[in-house]
Amino acid sequence: MMGAPPLPDRAMPDITLIAHDGTEHGFEAPDGVSLMQAATGFGVPGILADCGGSASCGTCHVIVDPAWAGRLPPPEAVERLVLETTAVPAGPGSRLSCQIRLTPALQGLVVRLPAFQV
Amino acid sequence: MNPIVIIGGGHAAPPLCAALAEAGLGAQVHLVCAEPHLPYQRPPLSKAYLKNPAETLQAHRAEAWYAQAGITLHRADPAVAIDRSARTVQLQSGASLPYGQLVLATGTRARRLPQLPATLANVAVLRHAGDADALRALLGTARSLTVVGGGFIGLEVAATARAQGLAVQVIEVALRLLGRSVSADLSAHVLATHRAAGIEVLPGATLDGFEHDGQRLHAITVNGQRQAVDLLLLGIGAEPEDTLARAAGLACSNGVVVDASLHTSDPAILAIGDVANFPVAPAWAPVWGQAGTRARLESVQNATDQARCAALTLQGQHPVYAALPWFWSEQGSLRLQMAGLLPPAGTTGASTHRRPGANAGSFSLLHYVGEHLRCVESANAPMDHVMSRKLLEAGIHPAPAVACDPTVALKSLLA
Repeated sequence: MMGAPPLPDRAMPDITLIAHDGTEHGFEAPDGVSLMQAATGFGVPGILADCGGSASCGTCHVIVDPAWAGRLPPPEAVERLVLETTAVPAGPGSRLSCQIRLTPALQGLVVRLPAFQV
Repeated sequence: MNPIVIIGGGHAAPPLCAALAEAGLGAQVHLVCAEPHLPYQRPPLSKAYLKNPAETLQAHRAEAWYAQAGITLHRADPAVAIDRSARTVQLQSGASLPYGQLVLATGTRARRLPQLPATLANVAVLRHAGDADALRALLGTARSLTVVGGGFIGLEVAATARAQGLAVQVIEVALRLLGRSVSADLSAHVLATHRAAGIEVLPGATLDGFEHDGQRLHAITVNGQRQAVDLLLLGIGAEPEDTLARAAGLACSNGVVVDASLHTSDPAILAIGDVANFPVAPAWAPVWGQAGTRARLESVQNATDQARCAALTLQGQHPVYAALPWFWSEQGSLRLQMAGLLPPAGTTGASTHRRPGANAGSFSLLHYVGEHLRCVESANAPMDHVMSRKLLEAGIHPAPAVACDPTVALKSLLA
């Protein structure tokens, strides 16, 4: 078969997570899952998500790269409240990774991890 | 090699596997799952998963992760017996797994009513993915839902079904909702919230007159009135899945009895999560500082924290399980979060204080025994919940007048 390669049925966004010590973790994520789930699913250290992704515990805190911050849907009220409880105080770009749903539009997303989660 | 066999693929298994993999022991681990799925998140089963047929199970860890960690998965192959003298676990497939150490993480099974045989097509329970798939299909064609039992699962499903436009009725034979789990004040707020959402809630109800033909439940009698049944969910609690442990002669009493390091009566066998009956750390005992209280907790927190503790025990350490119990439930717009264990009604010196939130639906109830803060229940106040967990863990007991002053941030009391 020749010609253009077929488009995949479900795009697989490539995500980069940068740990506090600078270690980079790259992984592919199935379309539609949360960033927290994708990261914990691949065993990326540094995201605890004790509450399993219900925006309850503030232990999946990530800091979205400034280049990407404006391209995500803004946090809902519950997420904004829980962000006030994170172990490392939230700053610009801080999000709960359980509330970021990965879509093909987020191909190449880069986020950083805080020094600790609890 | 000294194999570690884990029986049960619920919420305790992934953090245990992760902790063992991190300790370099992954290649010794065999995880035995009765279900065909990788261990998955159960909280969504009563919410997002029910609402949307396109919603898939959320595996805690990808299959590739288990492979990379060297962990052997036995899926759709339940354990059927433990031979303690030979130190083997027999699986349904006929396989026999030798173990050096064994972990029982078998969880619970849904309680049923003896009057309702399991063959009734329009009677559902909700524990695992198979239950959720069946219930989701039934909800897709039902016009009304009757929930028997005003506990967490029943109320979560009631709220989900109501949001989908079904007529929903909740029948509770006890005088109040969530009677075993939350305070009377919070229970009253939960009742008012569900009624405001249009759910018919009947606490203190009588329930009998089950009419069925072995295939479908046709009618029930509630408070003496016969009514037709479209779809009925049994949400009347769960029983510890201790069948294997009992058959193997392990000490069982409301679950599998374990010590502070989570050993059962056989030191080569541990039990963790919903099935484990464990000694409550004196700091969290309903009577503060009292030793000797035992509990069996059905929660994600307990499964996760006991898994992390068990990983240390399996490495020959002697940890004492002492994690702060906490819990949450989402019921429609209602987000309940609890930290600590509620002092039983009638506890000498107990008092409850209300910390107001941003609006009438947002508040926390702080339960004290004497001057000691014992438990905080939060309704739509996630920041109070997280901060009260930190206060409890730090052993800080702020005066009620200070902790309930909405102009005082709980965070400021931690310093």
